[in-house]
Amino acid sequence: MSTDTVTQRTQPSVGEYLKKNIREYGLLVALVVIMIFFQILTNGVLFRPVNITNLVLQNSFIVIMALGMLLIIVAGHIDLSVGSIVAFTGAMSAIMLVKWGLPAVVVVPLAILMGAIMGAAQGYWVAYQKIPSFIVTLAGMLVFRGMTYVVLSGRPVGPFPKEFQVLSTGFVPDFLSITDPSTSLIKNYVALVAVLLLVGYAFYAGLRERRLNAANETENEPFGFFAVQMAIIGIVAIFIGFQLSTYRGLPNVLIIMGLLIALYTFVTTRTTVGRRIYAMGGNEKAAKLSGINTERLTFYTFVNMGALAALAGMIIAARLNSATPKAGVGFELDVIAACFIGGASASGGVGKITGAVIGAFIMGVMNNGMSIMGIGIDYQQLIKGLVLLAAVFFDVYNKNKG
Amino acid sequence: MSKTLLEMRGITKTFPGVKALDNVNLKVREGEIHALVGENGAGKSTLMKVLSGVYPAGSYEGEIHFDGQVRHFSTISDSEHLGIIIIHQELALVPLLSIAENIFLGNEVATKGVIDWKQTFRRTQELLDKVGLKDSPGTLITDIGVGKQQLVEIAKALSKKVRLLILDEPTASLNEKDSDALLKLLMEFRTQGMTSIIISHKLNEIKKVADQITILRDGGTVETLDCHNEDISEDRIIKGMVGREMEDRYPAREPDIGETLLEVKNWNVFHQHHRDRQFLHDVSFTVRAGEVVGIAGLMGAGRTETAMSLFGRSWGHKITGDVSMRGKPVDVSTIPKAIDAGLAYVTEDRKHLGLVLINNIMHNTTLSNLNGVSSNMVINDRQEVKVASDYRSKLRIRSHSIYQETVNLSGGNQQKVVLSKWLFTNPEVLILDEPTRGIDVGAKFEIYSIINQLAAEGKGILMISSEMPELLGTCDRIYVMNEGRIVAELSKAEASQESIMRAIMRSGEKH
Repeated sequence: MSTDTVTQRTQPSVGEYLKKNIREYGLLVALVVIMIFFQILTNGVLFRPVNITNLVLQNSFIVIMALGMLLIIVAGHIDLSVGSIVAFTGAMSAIMLVKWGLPAVVVVPLAILMGAIMGAAQGYWVAYQKIPSFIVTLAGMLVFRGMTYVVLSGRPVGPFPKEFQVLSTGFVPDFLSITDPSTSLIKNYVALVAVLLLVGYAFYAGLRERRLNAANETENEPFGFFAVQMAIIGIVAIFIGFQLSTYRGLPNVLIIMGLLIALYTFVTTRTTVGRRIYAMGGNEKAAKLSGINTERLTFYTFVNMGALAALAGMIIAARLNSATPKAGVGFELDVIAACFIGGASASGGVGKITGAVIGAFIMGVMNNGMSIMGIGIDYQQLIKGLVLLAAVFFDVYNKNKG
Repeated sequence: MSKTLLEMRGITKTFPGVKALDNVNLKVREGEIHALVGENGAGKSTLMKVLSGVYPAGSYEGEIHFDGQVRHFSTISDSEHLGIIIIHQELALVPLLSIAENIFLGNEVATKGVIDWKQTFRRTQELLDKVGLKDSPGTLITDIGVGKQQLVEIAKALSKKVRLLILDEPTASLNEKDSDALLKLLMEFRTQGMTSIIISHKLNEIKKVADQITILRDGGTVETLDCHNEDISEDRIIKGMVGREMEDRYPAREPDIGETLLEVKNWNVFHQHHRDRQFLHDVSFTVRAGEVVGIAGLMGAGRTETAMSLFGRSWGHKITGDVSMRGKPVDVSTIPKAIDAGLAYVTEDRKHLGLVLINNIMHNTTLSNLNGVSSNMVINDRQEVKVASDYRSKLRIRSHSIYQETVNLSGGNQQKVVLSKWLFTNPEVLILDEPTRGIDVGAKFEIYSIINQLAAEGKGILMISSEMPELLGTCDRIYVMNEGRIVAELSKAEASQESIMRAIMRSGEKH
């Protein structure tokens, strides 16, 4: 029997590998298919430079919050309060900027601290008092929304100084300026060059990883998969980079988002903190008995979520150029949906940052595509709901079959 | 001789890549207790799943004859309809429902969906009388012990006009008293003409009750022994199970005992939930380097509670007492501190408390000592792979790689992963709580060998076990616990099943 052998690992066959990792490839393929689908249905509007820029701006905050939510869900919890934290931190930063006249460099860290404290206030009840996170954050959702109304007295506050707006509507200036932007097709070379460098690095890092894995008899994906995956990601990235560079270049938000995605991917896959969160979500009691301070870990997961929600709150406020009491209503659901579409398990212990990011973009492209096509918000909700159900069913089906 | 009630002929069941059952034959006579034994993975559970219709007709080869006819079960309810009832090892009772509600769950005494509670309670009472359970039908399952829950399961089976009762490891989580009561009940049912199949690892019990024993090995039938024709010894059964004579179930060891490592003095602990009830009273003991120390006692004596309260206060409250390691007082008030002090605790419940089942062998191995494979919180992949691979080969964990999820491992191999995890923390004293529970004979021998190896390396071992022969076979010294107290300390020479039981009984009289 195969399970009885203590032989060294052989490379898995292509079919075997595909079966084992169908979820990840399936997700990537789904995103590409959905993009092409809407590209055709919108007569090419989807991939226009302006629209790609919009797509990034519209989804950045969902992606940023999905990073924190993924950790929460992997830890075996849920956070329903993020939409309200978005509203409150957005409102407070508006008040600090507009009414108190504080500079943006002071307001941004203060607001993030405020979000962290709101996360801590909830994390305390979940981690140390063992109240189910669903209930705690449902309460938080109501409390923080109410607080928003109170501090804003029910009225929007704005507009903001330029230095704050660049947080979400600014672009990285073209310090390269190779050609004259008024005549050339490419208006901003930074985007293109940055993307080319990134793709090149990703390819190099991927190859290096494979070489090291091979030297250590660690599992490697078949080379064909690696190549095809790299090619798809590379082509899509370069295309998007090119499109962006023909418009206004790299949005600042994209940089923030990219850095955060990289950071959280690293934390979840390579650090002890990440490993402990997965272990805790997989079996909290066993993790605790293995010497992991599960209470503190849970607490900080919520603190982290609050901080990210605050960042998202400021990006949203900056984009709309005003803070309103209704900001972020329903965002928690988009964020949670992104994580589940991305393959996170509702029972904890399973989920990947890349999955949540792709999940967020699947939702984003669908939102954007359907809006361009003029589909009403009613049908949009209906379709998004079905996509969520289908994605999770796909997971369950695969698990039962395997 | 009575007629044959069940005959399974030439059953072959294949899973992708694995032949789980290969031409298995099983013949059960009406009115007998038929034991089914074999190592873990021998195919016992698979065979019972074929019989009960979990694997529907057509998904396997071979024939099932029940009551003289060929049967094709496509669902569990098909087999239940004929009176074939399985009681699984993991009981399927709803904790917050009453005994009566559980017994008639899915089979309610009702007209048009309205439950007749009077009738339900009356019939439950009848069934409880039959199985000798004195609790009231309205008692919640969560309020009665595992032994009684097992009886409720049997009562539930009786409520369904059972012809063939199948018990999968019925006594695995019962203490000796409850086990005895259960086995007596089975024998009583036999006199009333009921047929049962019992799957068990406890050979002494099988020897006590079985009329026939069928032995499975590697998915095939080895033989069926008739207990009335010859006197079947445990060694005879083991020989059939492992395919060779096991001269010694416990590997030999020359103890080389050094200085005192762990010393616990006047350990007092109050109950975790009933907070005003003192559970452990002045427990004191020592473990020396290179020594294997056992703690014997009945279930509920406070052995696991002693271990868990010691290990970072994982159980109980208002904990007082002194703990020292190599003569120096140590702080064991949290689990990380206990680990730092040189303690490791291998839990009795490896699935719920020992392993993160959805994680792979490697991740489980390094979980308690992630700092050992990382610097500045960044995990060094290559180092981690090396650590996991080393333990995998050292403890001979059978798996296709260190990336295999632990949920797919057999009990023995899961236990080895838990051991790897704790060995990697480099403890001075390992507390092993029921280290061989639910593990087959071959793997047990391997676990004992690992224990010996650790003792030889100068580690102290504190072993809690409900199997007295195991304690007698492996320990240098045995403490006996009863009702939260240490009631005796026996040297290897003094210790025997009788002396242990005598110590327990005598202490019981005193209180």
